[in-house]
Amino acid sequence: MPKDGIGASTKRREDLRFLTGNGKYTDDINLRGQAFVHFLRSDVAHGRINGIDTTVAADMPGVLRIFTAADFESAGGLPCGWQVTDKHGQPMQEPKHPILAEGKVRHVGDPIAAVVAETAEQARDAAEAIEVDIEELPAVIDMKAALAEGAPKVHDELTSNLCYDWGFVEENKAAVDEAFDKAAHVVSLELVNNRLVANPMEPRVAVGDYDPWGDQSTLYTTSQNPHVIRLLMGAFVLNIPEHKLRVVAPDVGGGFGSKIYHYAEEAFCTFAARALKRPVKWTCSRSEAFISDAQGRDHRTKMELALDADHNFTAIRTETYANMGAYLSTFAPSIPTWLHGTLMAGNYRTPLIYVNVKAVFTNTVPVDAYRGAGRPEATYQLERIIDKAARDLGVDPIALRRQNFIKPDQYPYQTPVAVVYDTGNYDATMDKLLEITDHAGFAARAAESANRGKLRGFGVASYIEACGIAPSNLVGQLGARAGLYESATIRVNATGSISVYTGSHSHGQGHETTFAQVVADMIGVDASTIEIHHGDTSNSPMGMGTYGSRSLAVGGSAIVRATNKVVDKAKKIAAHLLECAPEDIELKDGKFSVAGTDKSVDWSGVTLAAYVPHNYPLEDLEPGLEETAFYDPSNFTYPAGAYGCEVEIDPETGKVDIVGFAAADDFGNVVNPMIVEGQVHGGLAQGIGQALMENCVFDDSGQLLSGSFMDYAMPRADDFPGFKVDHSCNTPCTHNPLGVKGCGEAGAIGSPPAVVNAVIDALHRAGHTHVSHIDMPLTPSRVWAAMQK
Amino acid sequence: MGKVTMTVNGRQMTAEAEGRTLLSTWLREGLGLTGTHVGCDTSQCGACVVHVDGQPVKSCTALAMDLDGAEVRTIEGMANADGSLSAIQQAFQDHHGLQCGFCTPGMVMAAAALLKENPKPTEAEVRHYLEGNICRCTGYHNIVKAVLAASGQDVSGLGIAAE
Amino acid sequence: MYDFDFVKPGSIDGAVKALAAEDAIPLAGGQTLLPSMKQRLNAPSVMVSLRGIPELQGVCRDGDVLVVGAATTHARVATEAAAEYPGLAALAGQIGDPAVRAMGTIGGSLANNDPSACYPAGVLGSGATIVTNAREIAADDFFDGMFATALEEGEIITSVRFPIPQKAAYAKFHQPASRFALAAAFVARFAGTVRVAITGASEGGVFRWTEAEAALKESFTPEALSGLTLPAEGMIGDLHGTPDYRAHLAAVMTRRAVAAAG
Repeated sequence: MPKDGIGASTKRREDLRFLTGNGKYTDDINLRGQAFVHFLRSDVAHGRINGIDTTVAADMPGVLRIFTAADFESAGGLPCGWQVTDKHGQPMQEPKHPILAEGKVRHVGDPIAAVVAETAEQARDAAEAIEVDIEELPAVIDMKAALAEGAPKVHDELTSNLCYDWGFVEENKAAVDEAFDKAAHVVSLELVNNRLVANPMEPRVAVGDYDPWGDQSTLYTTSQNPHVIRLLMGAFVLNIPEHKLRVVAPDVGGGFGSKIYHYAEEAFCTFAARALKRPVKWTCSRSEAFISDAQGRDHRTKMELALDADHNFTAIRTETYANMGAYLSTFAPSIPTWLHGTLMAGNYRTPLIYVNVKAVFTNTVPVDAYRGAGRPEATYQLERIIDKAARDLGVDPIALRRQNFIKPDQYPYQTPVAVVYDTGNYDATMDKLLEITDHAGFAARAAESANRGKLRGFGVASYIEACGIAPSNLVGQLGARAGLYESATIRVNATGSISVYTGSHSHGQGHETTFAQVVADMIGVDASTIEIHHGDTSNSPMGMGTYGSRSLAVGGSAIVRATNKVVDKAKKIAAHLLECAPEDIELKDGKFSVAGTDKSVDWSGVTLAAYVPHNYPLEDLEPGLEETAFYDPSNFTYPAGAYGCEVEIDPETGKVDIVGFAAADDFGNVVNPMIVEGQVHGGLAQGIGQALMENCVFDDSGQLLSGSFMDYAMPRADDFPGFKVDHSCNTPCTHNPLGVKGCGEAGAIGSPPAVVNAVIDALHRAGHTHVSHIDMPLTPSRVWAAMQK
Repeated sequence: MGKVTMTVNGRQMTAEAEGRTLLSTWLREGLGLTGTHVGCDTSQCGACVVHVDGQPVKSCTALAMDLDGAEVRTIEGMANADGSLSAIQQAFQDHHGLQCGFCTPGMVMAAAALLKENPKPTEAEVRHYLEGNICRCTGYHNIVKAVLAASGQDVSGLGIAAE
Repeated sequence: MYDFDFVKPGSIDGAVKALAAEDAIPLAGGQTLLPSMKQRLNAPSVMVSLRGIPELQGVCRDGDVLVVGAATTHARVATEAAAEYPGLAALAGQIGDPAVRAMGTIGGSLANNDPSACYPAGVLGSGATIVTNAREIAADDFFDGMFATALEEGEIITSVRFPIPQKAAYAKFHQPASRFALAAAFVARFAGTVRVAITGASEGGVFRWTEAEAALKESFTPEALSGLTLPAEGMIGDLHGTPDYRAHLAAVMTRRAVAAAG
């Protein structure tokens, strides 16, 4: 292995620019002659637009043009990329999502008009001068109220606010009900998975540009998947063919899902740049992000677990209300269904499972995938109810989990919820967890806490997720309107340096470092001779971007394939140069040798021959050394693990302090352990943030109460201890070439139930045995109130 | 509209400003120093922290005109004279103290201010000092580790990065 | 934000004159004002910076009184008051975060009178005197409910005079997002009297908890407060805490402040 090959904690090359202020984020792009747009957004959650008067505003200083819905009659709505079929076999209700509101506004923040002016402040000044006659309508905020008879409809053209009523697996429902009838024990729990705001530190930005020379449109945008934006915006919204449309996502400052989707502002800037023949820029403020970025989670669930007399799980039944918000964001319908119901088996051998999900339109900001996306919701339900079951039955929660774990000799394991786990070892990660948390020392630590008047508790959670998204033919059957392969082009240059073009996109994951490690390892050259390019549809092959912990498992596999093609061809060239058969060529440490001889040619000798083909088998082989590969996975990958949380509660204030947190993950093989650790740390912070602090709340009229960092509690450095993370219990993925599973979301999936379980444990140990559950976030006020009853 | 002059990263720089022009805007748009980032509008996130007359300041919550004549240091002025990373910057790379890089400029500037004031902080002091800087990627673990390492302390017990 | 003319006078007189202009407002740190102006909640015609006035700067002792110039930053008070009035210095060191403390000033904080701000508790709890360009105002007369004070239009705070107590401490429970006080208590023991001020909790802004003062006058111990409770009525209820919780928390913070004062 070269120094910076697979398995090395190579330092990140991208850090050099980020640490010196030389990163290039979308807001750092300023084009000659650019104008600025400000969106006038609705300040009511639901209302009928009776008129928009722009006459005063249009005459304000610097105003170039004011756009309203009427300007977009030729454009399509923002498309939804996934069609869910309901339990009766009918397609979901799918309302139009216009670029600018048509006739009605449906959530606070819904854009009504857009002012393009010479400066951003002028655009905003003029937007304030637009007179909008809005007749406020009663808003529906609560999901159950939205489904009540006679409730106001978010979309008048739909039959109700129900997007779909999904049953999974519908054919199993009767058997599941029967299992509950026969169960020795039934445990039930109602819980809320709180709505979250992704809040990547970089707010969204879009810069549209149009060049009449060649009739080319370019969009610079903060996206996790520029090719997806090009496809959706070009084909469905603005009717610009791909060869006339370039989408560039340069350095992107975090995404966590919220930068997957195609947003109205992107289409607007592209459209307006064409209309005005000038670049048009939009920079979102944080306050605006709170009402315009798609949000996450927001499930309400009734969960039931059936057990036999020996405490084996016999059936699971859930009923979930999933908030879609006012419109269907790009992948919203798939989150509470195919990314949630399919994970409801968790790490356990539960033979019968039925998941019911009612997706509901409300007058709130749209909801879509946020780090984990559906899988955290499934894990939270399972891991909370197992803890409750253990408490109700008087057994050890860890033992109850172990008793029901799928065992290593049972793989491949077909769950009752469609997916097949290829490999895993859940006892191993649980063993490792208990070791690194010093579980044996807990009693002494609890006693020490008690001496200081604090309540200490310990909670665990196991998790499994389906990553490496996703087999295209399978997701196609499930309603996806896109493929989920990934692509790579390996362009070997004449002197031997290598340019890699990937359809994956890095917005913090360090692909420029890890992907180079993979290629360096395979060829045996120094990683510094390899450059990774991404984020520009004009030079990368069509790819699907980065989310769902897919980049190494899917994008990395495409790179492996393309590299293999390059190596195969290079071996043929080497064989010609060394006058032997290609089968006799070995590639090691960047040198091609004839097996069993001392004849060799180095990497750059071969690459030079490819581009200066004087001594070259031109009759058999094309010159050049550049290969493209696409990789479509045959299955999901299944990262899994065990998380443990130790808390200390101040009984006087209800404040929960995380005093220890450990994660034992099975990510399969690991390319860069340092980066993997960092991914887990970040996920843990977001999961613990959900459990203790973060909460996106609308009041009854649909006003956002947590609309800035003054009220939406973002975790800070002093909210956490250091984390202990381990990824030594590896069962490599069996179906991708690197044996990798993905690590981006695990931390956010496994941590919330571990935290809540630890808090409940602490309360029970202190005698507050009436507290069986507290909904997230477990704020001091809520914990204190629970203790008072 | 008027001209504002400051000494920025050791050089006297002048650019136009309105009364309402924020220091962050003046640096980014007036001087093209886009390393200073703006991540919120309520003075919470700290991505915009720069040093003004040696003190850490949220440049999105200060008016350029109010700081006319000030001495300002931004992330662009943090590397060593030969262009190599300074000890703090190097520690952030060595210990994977950044992911997406957006909060990083403010985080480095805050860390530098801390170490000037308290050259050997404890882990708790680092965590407390950074309360005005939000990072959404790292969970802070490796940022704290980087700051401790930059102060010359042993961080080998805090995970595998850079071992 | 809306545009405005910016002036930076070098004297108190100059500031007072500049503030006589219509819709002129002072800029005294701006850590709350500028964010609110970004939301366009404020449309001044003239912004008068108080940063350039030397008389408004600094911390000095005047007999039994600590005098803090109105434009002194929290960071300076946190260090420069530490020897003379450690309880106040500790309070200043808990406001916002290091970067906010480097710009925010005591005068700005008091004039704004945010119901969750720290300084109003320190000023009311100390029984300080607010000195303006026109007069002196006792703390008990200064705070006039949420975001309201006794200041007249165009009147600026020039300094705050803190009687130095025998013992004092501030106990703050952070609102996790804003890092303002969800509830906080400042207690100060003087010869023959005790003052207790609560911030963050009440819809009426900072207030004195007189029952606690009476109990602490008898015995300056946390135990002296046992059984004393604040009514939930009139307390702030929001995402971060119910009125019941804030009433409870204010009492807990008071006990902790007494314990910390020693």
